[in-house]
Amino acid sequence: MTFLLGSGAGFSGDRTDAAIPVVAELIRRGQPAALLFETLGERTLAAAHRTMRDDPAAGYEPLLEELLSPVLDDCLRHGIAILGNFGAANPDGACRVVAELAARSQRGGASIGRIHGDDIRARLGELDLQRWEAENRELPGEEALISANVYLGAAPLVEALELGAEVVVSGRVADPALFLAPLVHHFGWAWNDWDRLAAGMMAGHLGECGAQVSGGYFADPGCKEVPGLARVGYPIIEVEEDGSLVVTKPAGTGGMVTERTVKEQLLYEVHDPANYLTPDVVVDLSAVRVEEIGRDRVAVSGIRGKPAPQRLKTTVCYEGGWQGEAEISYAGPNALARAQLAAEILRERLTFRAPPELRSRLDIVGHASVFDSDAGDLQSTAPSSAGSDYRLRLAVEHAERRWVERATQELLALYCAGPAGGGGVRRQFQRRVCTASYLVKRSDVETFATLFDTTLFETKMANERRVAHGTR
Amino acid sequence: MAHVEANLGASPLEGSMPLHRLAHARAGDKGDRLNLALFAYDPRHYETLVEQVTEERVLTLFAHRGASGVRRYLMPSLSGMNLVIDDVLQGGVNGALNLDGHGKTLSYLLLGMSVTLKGE
Repeated sequence: MTFLLGSGAGFSGDRTDAAIPVVAELIRRGQPAALLFETLGERTLAAAHRTMRDDPAAGYEPLLEELLSPVLDDCLRHGIAILGNFGAANPDGACRVVAELAARSQRGGASIGRIHGDDIRARLGELDLQRWEAENRELPGEEALISANVYLGAAPLVEALELGAEVVVSGRVADPALFLAPLVHHFGWAWNDWDRLAAGMMAGHLGECGAQVSGGYFADPGCKEVPGLARVGYPIIEVEEDGSLVVTKPAGTGGMVTERTVKEQLLYEVHDPANYLTPDVVVDLSAVRVEEIGRDRVAVSGIRGKPAPQRLKTTVCYEGGWQGEAEISYAGPNALARAQLAAEILRERLTFRAPPELRSRLDIVGHASVFDSDAGDLQSTAPSSAGSDYRLRLAVEHAERRWVERATQELLALYCAGPAGGGGVRRQFQRRVCTASYLVKRSDVETFATLFDTTLFETKMANERRVAHGTR
Repeated sequence: MAHVEANLGASPLEGSMPLHRLAHARAGDKGDRLNLALFAYDPRHYETLVEQVTEERVLTLFAHRGASGVRRYLMPSLSGMNLVIDDVLQGGVNGALNLDGHGKTLSYLLLGMSVTLKGE
């Protein structure tokens, strides 16, 4: 029997009403189904660790309540399992939010699974680590270490489902493993059935970025038209026991599922398509076929699998000092020349107002920015455009906040001391977390699932409150 | 989509043009490594992409960003290819000073590359 995988979110910050039509469609179809929330990237995991340093109760997906509350009750009543990596740096904190939401639902509670084992910070020093091949920047010392999280596979998620979890909360797991797990649980696929595991992983790969497979992040007016993006339907992947899969979306939603939308997502963040590494299987896409079989229905076949890798990817976060940004606008006649003059002035000021190790970059938005190098190669060579509305942006980085403040203050000072007609200065600073990737031995990673004990948790919280108030 | 198909049918494409006319692309990032998945709208143009969107030309296009190497994986069954470019993200999403630390916009830097289509 077909198993349905519905996507509820494709990143942290995604639309929080996206899951509603997906769940309605899953219920309408009445087939076994799961709803998956993928909300954790390299950037968001780092941000979560940063947040947790300042507030130990935070560090899970900040939109968790908004994402879950519209659909939790329906999913619990209809037996639709929810799995999400919305635990981020603090799965216990996320479990508590889910427990509170479930307590307020019609059901009055839920069985919540919690995944353990991705956080290996405490053991990092004793593990055999390999640097990931695609990075070779210098890294800060151990004193700057914030966190280390392994990309877990689907096994502990399956374990949580076997324990009876209706909502599974994880931190770092490989995004598509969220989708593979309910398939393995439902169909009973073996952990060495490589072709099926690969198909399940690719069902996850296609679904994990939400609307990116169903018309989101695809539209290019005049070339690639997409209807109804304001109400784009998030994907539903239909998977059969033999691993065949069809990508579709809820009826009556915007967006579209076509050969083209599926192809773009198929290779998204893939390197060698014949060796796409995931924790549970190495996927081989060399013979993959993508075929439209109906309106908003695309079949993907020919996915093959090879034995799982012996090492798992680990993201390590370090303190990365401070980053600051400041911007100012120039518009109207001769605007580009005035913005360029402002950039020159800033460059000169920074040579004697900031330490030499300050890293900085200047963009002229409207002329040359996101394509450019840090040195501004395109800024000097790009042809002058017909535009007359430019925004000069300064970005700086330093270990100490004071130099970031000083440098961005130089842009602010352009108000009175820079070229004519500059306006609209905005300025912000933030702490930075930098990340690096390593590979750890699979055998060094201990992972398992538990059911979150809400009673125990409430007792513990009550005790902590008593301690905090000085009573024993 | 309809627009492109109409174009292909009505006036055959010929001569020099941006890759954007023939192909669509999406960028993805991991660390300091970028992948650009590129697909011909029309499978008949796949061979043109193979001939002209070479590792060398892509490396040149991204040279100002510090690209250290390009690997190209051809996917004939998809009428497309995957281009993997190293050291091009200026530190990546948690390290870059670029507004777009992911490099998500760079699919359109590739699509601005000039290609020449011979008459059919």
